[in-house]
Amino acid sequence: MEHIVIIGNGISGVTLARHVRKLSDKKITIVSAETDYFFSRTALMYVYMGHMKFEHTQPYENWFWKKNRIELKKGYVNSIDTDNKTLLFAEGDTLVYDKLIIATGSKPNKFGWPGQDLNGAQGLYSKQDLDSMEQIAPDNKACKRAVIVGGGLIGIEMAEMFNSRNIPVTFLVRESSFWNGVLPEGESQMINRHIKNHHIDLRLSTNLKEIKSDGNGNIKSIIIEETGEELECNFVGLTAGVSPNVSFLKDSKIEINRGILVNRYLETNVKDVYAIGDCAEQHEAIGNRRPIEAVWYTGRMMGETLAQTLCGNKLQYKPGHWFNSAKFLDIEYQTYGWVFGERGRPEYEKHFHWKHEDDTKCITVAYNKDTKAFLGINTFGIRMRHETFDTWLTEQRDVDYVINHLKEANFDPEFYKHFENQILETYNNQMQTA
Amino acid sequence: MSNKLNHSMSLASPDAFHISTKQKFALGIGLVGLLILALALFNVNLPNTALFLTLAIGLISVGIVVYSREAYLTKLEGIKNDGTWFKSISSRGFWGWALGIILTSFYIVLYFYPQYLGLAKDGAPNTGLVGLFDPLSNLLSGRNASQWFVYGSLYTIAILAFGYKFILKYRHNRYQQIRTMSVMFFQLGFAFLIPEFMYVMNNDLPYYDLKSVWPLNYYLFDEWSVKGFLSNGNLGLALIIFGIVSTFLITPILTYKYGKRWYCSWVCGCGGLAETAGDSFRQLSSKKLSAWKLERWLIHTVLVFSVVMTTAMVYSYLGKDSNNFWLTRDVFITSVIVFLTIIFAAVMYFRGKELGKDAKAGAIGYAVVIALLLFMHFTSTTEQLFFVKGTALRSTYGIYIGSIFSGVIGTGFYPILGSRSWCRFGCPMAAILGFQQRMFSKFRITTNGGQCISCGNCSNSCEMGIDVRAYAQKGENIVRSSCVGCGVCSAVCPRGVLKLENDSMEGRINPTEVLLGNDVDLMDFVNKK
Repeated sequence: MEHIVIIGNGISGVTLARHVRKLSDKKITIVSAETDYFFSRTALMYVYMGHMKFEHTQPYENWFWKKNRIELKKGYVNSIDTDNKTLLFAEGDTLVYDKLIIATGSKPNKFGWPGQDLNGAQGLYSKQDLDSMEQIAPDNKACKRAVIVGGGLIGIEMAEMFNSRNIPVTFLVRESSFWNGVLPEGESQMINRHIKNHHIDLRLSTNLKEIKSDGNGNIKSIIIEETGEELECNFVGLTAGVSPNVSFLKDSKIEINRGILVNRYLETNVKDVYAIGDCAEQHEAIGNRRPIEAVWYTGRMMGETLAQTLCGNKLQYKPGHWFNSAKFLDIEYQTYGWVFGERGRPEYEKHFHWKHEDDTKCITVAYNKDTKAFLGINTFGIRMRHETFDTWLTEQRDVDYVINHLKEANFDPEFYKHFENQILETYNNQMQTA
Repeated sequence: MSNKLNHSMSLASPDAFHISTKQKFALGIGLVGLLILALALFNVNLPNTALFLTLAIGLISVGIVVYSREAYLTKLEGIKNDGTWFKSISSRGFWGWALGIILTSFYIVLYFYPQYLGLAKDGAPNTGLVGLFDPLSNLLSGRNASQWFVYGSLYTIAILAFGYKFILKYRHNRYQQIRTMSVMFFQLGFAFLIPEFMYVMNNDLPYYDLKSVWPLNYYLFDEWSVKGFLSNGNLGLALIIFGIVSTFLITPILTYKYGKRWYCSWVCGCGGLAETAGDSFRQLSSKKLSAWKLERWLIHTVLVFSVVMTTAMVYSYLGKDSNNFWLTRDVFITSVIVFLTIIFAAVMYFRGKELGKDAKAGAIGYAVVIALLLFMHFTSTTEQLFFVKGTALRSTYGIYIGSIFSGVIGTGFYPILGSRSWCRFGCPMAAILGFQQRMFSKFRITTNGGQCISCGNCSNSCEMGIDVRAYAQKGENIVRSSCVGCGVCSAVCPRGVLKLENDSMEGRINPTEVLLGNDVDLMDFVNKK
C-alpha cells in the first residue's frame, strides 16, 4: 500500500489527507511538531480573548483520525533524504514515504531589529506563540503595555486580543495608513478611525528601531525610529507578514526560493515530493495572485486539488475567482475579485466608493474604465454572497449590472437595514458628474 | 497548555476580566433585592409586603439594567464574548456550580415541597415567599398567590430584565433585538398577564397559556382541563378548539414557512428564558457526536411517551357508547392510528430515500407507538390502562418529564449543561417541530460559499449543541431538526458565513465535496462523482 506522508497538520495538509482518504485506501501519515491534533490557526485569537477554549478550535473530535485511518505522528523533521525517501526526525527516528507532501506553513517575519529575539518579542502563528503570549501578557498588571509592529491582518487581531484584556496597545504601522498596500484609501482611512475609536494608540508612518532588554532577557521598552521616542512595554508583537517555513530543507535536494518551488501540479523538482499551502511558491504567479499565497482558503484548495492528483486524476492547481475575508475589530471585511489599493493598481482599474455616514460600512467596486467590466468588490460591514459574485465574475458582468443587482448579493441577517438604494443613488450621481 | 484555562474554579479570579466599580454596585443592588426574597423565604416577618415586594422586584431589575448598561454601552457595538470562558459562572467554575445547585434546589422545593415557600394549606393565609407575592396576585386577579404565581412572576422578571441585557449585547443586530422583544412580549402578555385576566373574567376556566401548545402543554387534553373548558360555554369551547387548531394547523403552517424558530426562539417561554437569562450559558452545551446521538434517542423517546400518554388519557375518559357522544373509544383510537399512519406513510414516500438509515429507526418508532396503542385498547378497563391506573400513568409523566426533566434539569442545570438541555433532549414539542423542520420547511442556515475558516465560534455559541462548523467548513447548508433559529451562530461568525433564510425547498440540503473558490472543473468533477 502506498504510503502518503504529509509534513504539517494545518488546513492544507489535513484537507489533503481527508480527500485522499475519501478517494483511496492509501496509508496516510500526518507529521507535526506543533500539536497532537489539527486546530484552526485563525481561531487562536479567540482563545486568548476567552470566547473559546483551545479544544473548541479543533474542527474534528479526537476519534476522527483513527476512524478514518489517518495516522498522526508528533515529531520535528530535521531533514529529508529524498534519495532514500526518508524523513529524519530531531528525536532520532526515521520515516519512509512513497509520496511526500510538504505543508509546513509559515513563520513570522523578523527584519533584524535589535532585541527581536527577546522574551516577549514574537508573532502570532503557532499554538506555542499563543501559549507564550498568555504567559507574558496574562493581564495588564504583568504587561503594562504591548507594542505591535506591522499593520496587517495579524497585527490588528493582536491589538483586539490585548484590548480584550485591557492591556494598552501601541500599534506601529510603517505605511501612511492601515493596510493601504492592499486596501484603497477610503477603506483604509475608515479602519484607521475605527482602530482609534477602540482606544488603540495607532502610529502611522512609524517604524521600530530597536527593542531594549531589561537585562534579564525580557523586554523593557522600544525605541521608535522616526522620533527616537522610548516606549515602555513588556510585549512586542512582530506582525510584519509571514514567510514560508522551509529552513529545514536548506540541505535537501528540494529546490527552494523564498518558498518551495512548485509547478502548477504542485510538484517540486524532486519526484514524488509535493508542496502545498503557505510554504509553496509558484514558479510563475497565477493571474493577479502572488507566487506565495499565505491564505487559509488557498491552502485548502491546494489540498483538494493535490488529493485528486495523488489518487490518479492528475489536476492542475487552478484557483477560481479570488476571494478573501477578515475582521477588523468590529468591522467585517469581504472581497470578491480584484480591488487594488494605490500600490500596484492597473492603469485601467477605476473605483466606485460608497461609505455609510456611521463610518463603519463601505463598499468599493472596481471596474475597467474602458470596458466597464466589473473587476471586484471590497465590502465592509455588509455581508455579501460569495456564490453571487463568483457567478457575476464568471459571466463578466459590467459595473452597472452589479450595482443595480446588489440586492441579490446581500447576505446580512434578516431585518438588517439595506443600503442598496442609497448605493445606487450615489453611483448614479457620481456617474452623471463624471 | 494555556494556563488561563484552569482559573475558572478560583474564587478570587486572577484574570483581567474584572468588573467595574459601577457593575459591583449594580450587583450589590440586585443582591439586596434577592436578599429580601430570601428573608421572606425564611419567614422573616416583613411588615408591608406590598412595599417589600415592589422593592425586591425593583432592586433586582435595576441591578440587572445598570449592570448591563455598564457592560455593553461603554463599548462600541459588536460581539461581546470577551472572557466568557474565563469567568467562573459561565465556564462551569465555582460560581457556575453554586448557581446550578441553588437553582436546582429551588426547582425541587417548587415542584415537590411548595409548603416551604410558604404556600398555605386549607385556606390559611400564605406565609413566606408566596405570602410576599400576595399583594401582586391580588392586584392582578383578586386572589392570593400560589407557588406557581411566584414562579411565573420571577420567570417573567428574568425574561424581561435579561432580555433587556441581551438587546444591549446585540444592539448592532436587529434580528436579535426583534426576536428578543418577541419573547419578552409573549412571556409578559400570553404567559403571565392574559391568564390572570382570563381568571378575572371567568374564574372557572383552567389556567391556559395560549402560546403553550400540546405536547409541550401536556395537560391540555387531561380530563379536568377539557371538562373545565367545556363547562364554560362558548369561551371555553373556543379555547379548546384553539388548542387543537394551534397544534394541528397553525404550527405546521408556520413551521413550513419559517422553521421551528417561529416557536422555539420567538414565542416559547422555555426558549424565552434560555435566550435571555440563559444566554450566558449557551456555550456549555456539548457538541460531541455522542451527545447528538443521545439527543436523538432521548427526545424521540419522550415524544413517543407523550403521544401514547396523551392518547391514553383522552381514551380513559371517553365512553364506549356512540349514543352518548359521537367520539367513542373505538372512534378515537382508530382515528389516532389512521392519523399516525398517514403521516408515517407520507414521510416514507416523499422523504424515505433522504432518511437513509434513519428510516429504520422511524419505522421502529412508528411500530412501537401503534403496538402500544393497540395493546392499551385491548387490555384496558375503565380504571386501568396498560394494567396500571390511568392517573398513575399521567402523573408519572408529569413528575419525570414535566417537572424533573423540564424544570429541575432543564433550567436548574443551566450553568452545567447549557441553556437548552430540555429543549434539546426532552421537549416533545421541539421533537415534532424539528421533525417537520428537517422534512418539510423552507428554513435553513445558508453557508456562504468557501468563506468559512473553521474557527468554531458558531459551534461554540450554539445552545442546541449543533456542530455548525462541521457543515459550514464543507460549504453545506445547516438543516438540522434541533436548530431553534436563534441566529447567534450567524451573529458571531467573523467572516459573514452564515445566514438564516426561508427559501425554496429545492437545493436546501446541498452536500458538497469541494468548496467554492476552486476552478469550476474541479468542483464539477468532484461534486458530480
